[in-house]
Amino acid sequence: MKIKVTFWRAVFLVIMVLGLYSTYVRYLHGLGAVSNMSDQFPWGFWIGFDCLCGVMLAAGGFCIVGAVYLFNVESLHSVVRPAVLTAFLGYLLFIVGLLFDLGRPWFIWHQLVYMNPHSVMFEVGMCVMAYTTVLFFEFLPNVLERFHLTAPIKWIHKIYPVLIVLGILLSTLHQSSLGSLYLIMPSKLHPFWYTPALPFFFFGSAIAVGLAMTIFESTQSAKAMGRHLELPVLIQLGGALLVALWVNALLRFEDFFHRGMLGQIIKPSYEAYFLWLELLLAFVIPITLLSFKKVRLSPSGLYLASVIALLGFITNRLNVSLIGFETYVGHHYVPKWTEFSVTLMIIAMGFFLFAVAVKYLPIFPEEKPALAQLQQVGSRTMVGTPVLTHAGD
Amino acid sequence: MSKALLYDATMCIGCKQCEGACAQHNQLPYDDKIAAESVQSDHKYTVVLTKDDKFMRRLCMHCEHPACASVCPVGAFHKTKEGPVVYDVWKCIGCRYCMAACAFSQPKYEWGSLNPRVRKCIMCPDRVVAGKPTACAEICPTGATKFGEREELITEARERIRQNPTTYLDRIYGLHEVGGTCVLILSSAKVEEYGYPSSEKIGDTPMPEYTGRVMDRVPDFIPVWALVLGGIYWISHRREEVAAAEGAGAGNEKKNGSGR
Repeated sequence: MKIKVTFWRAVFLVIMVLGLYSTYVRYLHGLGAVSNMSDQFPWGFWIGFDCLCGVMLAAGGFCIVGAVYLFNVESLHSVVRPAVLTAFLGYLLFIVGLLFDLGRPWFIWHQLVYMNPHSVMFEVGMCVMAYTTVLFFEFLPNVLERFHLTAPIKWIHKIYPVLIVLGILLSTLHQSSLGSLYLIMPSKLHPFWYTPALPFFFFGSAIAVGLAMTIFESTQSAKAMGRHLELPVLIQLGGALLVALWVNALLRFEDFFHRGMLGQIIKPSYEAYFLWLELLLAFVIPITLLSFKKVRLSPSGLYLASVIALLGFITNRLNVSLIGFETYVGHHYVPKWTEFSVTLMIIAMGFFLFAVAVKYLPIFPEEKPALAQLQQVGSRTMVGTPVLTHAGD
Repeated sequence: MSKALLYDATMCIGCKQCEGACAQHNQLPYDDKIAAESVQSDHKYTVVLTKDDKFMRRLCMHCEHPACASVCPVGAFHKTKEGPVVYDVWKCIGCRYCMAACAFSQPKYEWGSLNPRVRKCIMCPDRVVAGKPTACAEICPTGATKFGEREELITEARERIRQNPTTYLDRIYGLHEVGGTCVLILSSAKVEEYGYPSSEKIGDTPMPEYTGRVMDRVPDFIPVWALVLGGIYWISHRREEVAAAEGAGAGNEKKNGSGR
């Protein structure tokens, strides 16, 4: 077997090598050696990006599943599988990230034994555990289908309503609870970001990001696989994204207004620059872009607007988790290169697993070039197909 | 009735014997180099700070409603009825939420360890339960750190302020802060100058209430939201079924189409 050396494969290799070195530092020299976290900054880039952003970026799963199965938006059916795949991988990688960040990851199971129901972290942990299980079952039909196991697919199909309702319920809970984590730090987190509305904002941004992420990954995988892009689906998602961004923006404005912050946020300051960056990327630019019909109808325009919005919400979460604490602490926190390197490795693993899954599993079944061959191979495939078309979603 | 420590900064002579006694009781190293360190860390639970010839001690405040205990997902922290907020290391998973949540930033971490623990003053619970004062209070040569019943110490602190109103600021730090703490501080200089968070900033609300307001709603939210979601699912799929049945029965395709 020959493996062609391409640019991206070389980049992947470099990221993996550096990541493995950082992994070695993490587990053989400790958190102090691998990161710039300190007693003043007990939560660093891994919490800010891997956890807060990771879970947010995986929100597409519950958004699309909710739209298609709760509200019967049939037209989005074709993106359910990739969205569920992204979510499933996202949560698995989130858990991998957690194993790096936790000081004693080998005791992660203590959550199930020494429960503290007052803890937001406990709630997040339980929800993530349960939701990853739900996602596993939502994803499983892809694998079963690949190996033509029709019977188990039927079983999963039977419990599908439960999985869907449970998945959305758990997502509502933990997406918002990630924001609730910070409610107990009113004296530490900068007032630009500390608000009792944090759980609502985290939930609202998860929906916007879920939509933006679905546009991003559809475009990306279409490009990578040379597939035909389903423009009507993207246009519909783009419209929904515009609405979600407006709702988020208005709620943010209302919150600033309600707390009498408007005067302060327009005054230049260290925090204000980051806030402006966040608001510009998350709201101003993508909303302006998407307000043009021309942009809303063009794949590249939608892609651009989505990517900018994603960057905006990532900035938001980093502001809440890192920038917002710098004034309280009195100095800056800049992650060590090994912290970035671990995160990059986890992201690279995500891209890799997504590509592998798309290649070997019927994630985009209707356009799989292999399908034509499969149909010729035997009627066995055909027997299963009608049952399977919807079961995997 | 919980025990407490009253620290009177005006009586403190900065001898740092409390630091040494603390280190000894907690089996931590202590030498001149560590004595010179002016920050708390995984090997220094309490520190005596100096500013303008005045001294100030820092240590865990042992809140009446501790944030660390409420946020810990595995309940590794708990408030004992005697007063100390203690830590069960075997439960800890190392999420460090306690450190992020503490308004006084007291929990410290063993960043260099491969099996790190959270470290903070635990108010010598073994001694307190046995009816003895904490190691720091016992060794204090001037009585600047005094151990006793919280209510009695508050009365005493008020009496000291009343007798020497010119010496003391009219304030007992820890009386109401974050709902009250088991370390009470009397001083002539503002505690904020030594790194303590200001009373206005941290407020009188017990920290667990900030997250409690949300967490208390979760048990009600789950069944309600599950019903709503289930209801939506049922309605939207029921509509499909009805549409299909009508379509099949009457063959009215137009109605079938609008049923969506």
